[in-house]
Amino acid sequence: MSETSSVGSTAATGTSGPPLLEVTDLVKHFPVKSSGVIRRTIGQVRAVDGVSFTITHGRSLGLVGESGCGKTTTGRVITRLFEPTSGSMRFEGNEIGTLNSRQMLPYRREIQMIFQDPYSSLNPRHTVGTIVGTPMQVHGTMPKNKILDRVQELLETVGLNPEHYNRYPSEFSGGQRQRIGIARALALQPKLIVADEPVSALDVSIQAQVMNLMQDLQREFDIAFLFIAHDLAVVRHFCPEVAVMYLGKIVEFGSRETIYETPHHPYTQALLSAAPDVKQAAVGGRRERIRLEGDVPSPINPPSGCRFRTRCWKAQDVCAEKEPPLYEIGGRQVACHFAEPLRVVQVPAIAEGSTAAAAS
Amino acid sequence: MTDTISADQRQEATSSMPRKDEPFLVIENLSVQFPTFNGLVKAVSDLSFDVRLGQTLGIVGESGSGKSVSTMAVLGLHDSKRTTMAGSIRVNGTEIIGAGDATMRRIRGKEVAIIFQDPLTALHPFFSVGAQIIEAYRVHNNVSKRAARTRAIEMLHRVGIPQPDRRIDDYVHQFSGGMRQRAMIAMALVNDPKLLIADEPTTALDVTVQAQILDLIQELQRECGSAVIIITHDLGVISEVADDTMVMYAGRQVEQGPTKEVLTHPYMPYTWGLLSSVADVISDVSKPLVPIPGTPPSLLNPPSGCPFHPRCRYQDYVEGNRCVTELPELRRGPSAEQHSRRCHIDDPERIYESSVKKEVFG
Repeated sequence: MSETSSVGSTAATGTSGPPLLEVTDLVKHFPVKSSGVIRRTIGQVRAVDGVSFTITHGRSLGLVGESGCGKTTTGRVITRLFEPTSGSMRFEGNEIGTLNSRQMLPYRREIQMIFQDPYSSLNPRHTVGTIVGTPMQVHGTMPKNKILDRVQELLETVGLNPEHYNRYPSEFSGGQRQRIGIARALALQPKLIVADEPVSALDVSIQAQVMNLMQDLQREFDIAFLFIAHDLAVVRHFCPEVAVMYLGKIVEFGSRETIYETPHHPYTQALLSAAPDVKQAAVGGRRERIRLEGDVPSPINPPSGCRFRTRCWKAQDVCAEKEPPLYEIGGRQVACHFAEPLRVVQVPAIAEGSTAAAAS
Repeated sequence: MTDTISADQRQEATSSMPRKDEPFLVIENLSVQFPTFNGLVKAVSDLSFDVRLGQTLGIVGESGSGKSVSTMAVLGLHDSKRTTMAGSIRVNGTEIIGAGDATMRRIRGKEVAIIFQDPLTALHPFFSVGAQIIEAYRVHNNVSKRAARTRAIEMLHRVGIPQPDRRIDDYVHQFSGGMRQRAMIAMALVNDPKLLIADEPTTALDVTVQAQILDLIQELQRECGSAVIIITHDLGVISEVADDTMVMYAGRQVEQGPTKEVLTHPYMPYTWGLLSSVADVISDVSKPLVPIPGTPPSLLNPPSGCPFHPRCRYQDYVEGNRCVTELPELRRGPSAEQHSRRCHIDDPERIYESSVKKEVFG
């Protein structure tokens, strides 16, 4: 933890404009309790273990990683659905990690969330009008008699029929439900939306609709996004900056171009090489795949030193002894002792007009 | 000991292979309908395809396109009281539709095995992983428990589970997601099935594990020479593993052909839409994705004519109102003989090259 703090605090800076959210050394541990009458704490799930990043006004930061890497937990700590164990979160300069629920109230207006599963994140017994209108009622941002008008306006903004405000979620398809979730998040005109896998539960043809909608809204209302997803392609499309997480830590951070064109961390390289890509196939050819052995280790008892070393083909003794800090290499940050660029994705001539060197 | 048993059986099975040149699985004019309170759901209509031994067929489609329903019919998993089925499904020459329970029990697991999407719900939480694999083996093989256990350990080893002799007594919750899927594959392959159906085998898995599982399925297929059907919504997965691809929409096959053909010269506007709406890691990010407008149709009353016409942006290329009034036949060509599509557009290649390709590749 302490190793990264010096470098971590500068992590993810380098963008112009005042930071909207500055997260420093964020840690979230969940206690593991023993069974029996006296439930002693026998361990900690180190879900998020020292994560630092900055989100600028109106920009998007992508958080990618496999399940269990702590990306969702990070999002939920930022929205204060979970209490952080330690670390600081400064929203427009104000520390929000230690506020109690009453002090937090004005910030909840500014930070909203879109959930992954549109089937479980909407109350089936409430009408769409109630679901989208409740935030305004709770925060008192609208007089009661104006709420309905505003709800209809929001429904129209997200591409739903405003006349459908008195319908129930069950009457909508998955994509439409996700639009309702987005309308709810927009209701308080937030400055930051944490989107936790907003399209992964949707059909492919619908995913693009929802992605385009979110991009339009971002442009129109100047909302910053923390975009959490496991799908590298989706993140690339949405976020100019990307952080790759592995087992509770950020292992690589950089701009879209640096991460996708010359990934330096072995994990990023493996992740990128494993993502099936139909467009690569549609122009012929296939990416050389880096095979990772085994599964992600348990975050209760993470490996010593570099957490990726158990699955890394470059691992040497030093990886087990010393945890790599985030090294600054050419505008990116990489937590690896043996970081070097590897072109995983070949950009075919048809897409960019520029031919890329063959992947090694 | 077990080795010789399974080897003998493999021999036997090979000798009882279909004599004629008929592919291992033949589906002809299959339709599956479910009468419901709201009306008749036409889940699958007029579906015909076949799969030869050693071939991998990929079926793509959105949720509700009938891809799972059609393959579950191959295993006879639909409740005959609540399902209306017509057409013909022949596995190794045996007709499945209307077959009795005894016939189905003989085929299920032995001739045809399935890997389900979510191993956590498909495996039983109360029995150890080994017990479930052993049961699957002993149903079809008259062997001792000990021999079956040896076989189960061998299978777990083959699918790449470390320390199989110890892990065999573990329960499902003690396995990670990738290992659960491996255990499911071990269970499906324990009887050396000739046809393996993988229903979204990697959807619940992470990308790095997904790559491992796809490799494993391909490896085992090469070893056993069996036929494989992979069902998925992800064209990327199809492009990695499938020899042939079938695109389904609203219960019908709308495009079919060798995977390379389908991906490089797609004929059907729906396939174009699938390609252009997927985000990828190579194309220009400043251009927005081109989604397919609208939503998949209800199968209670599918649209008239071509089921895709309410979402199709290329109806102008067809003379008159045929898209709305007339269901297109599944027809071959124009460029490749094995490549067929269900669309009225006569020269899809020209449209694809001139206007669609730009959208797909940004």
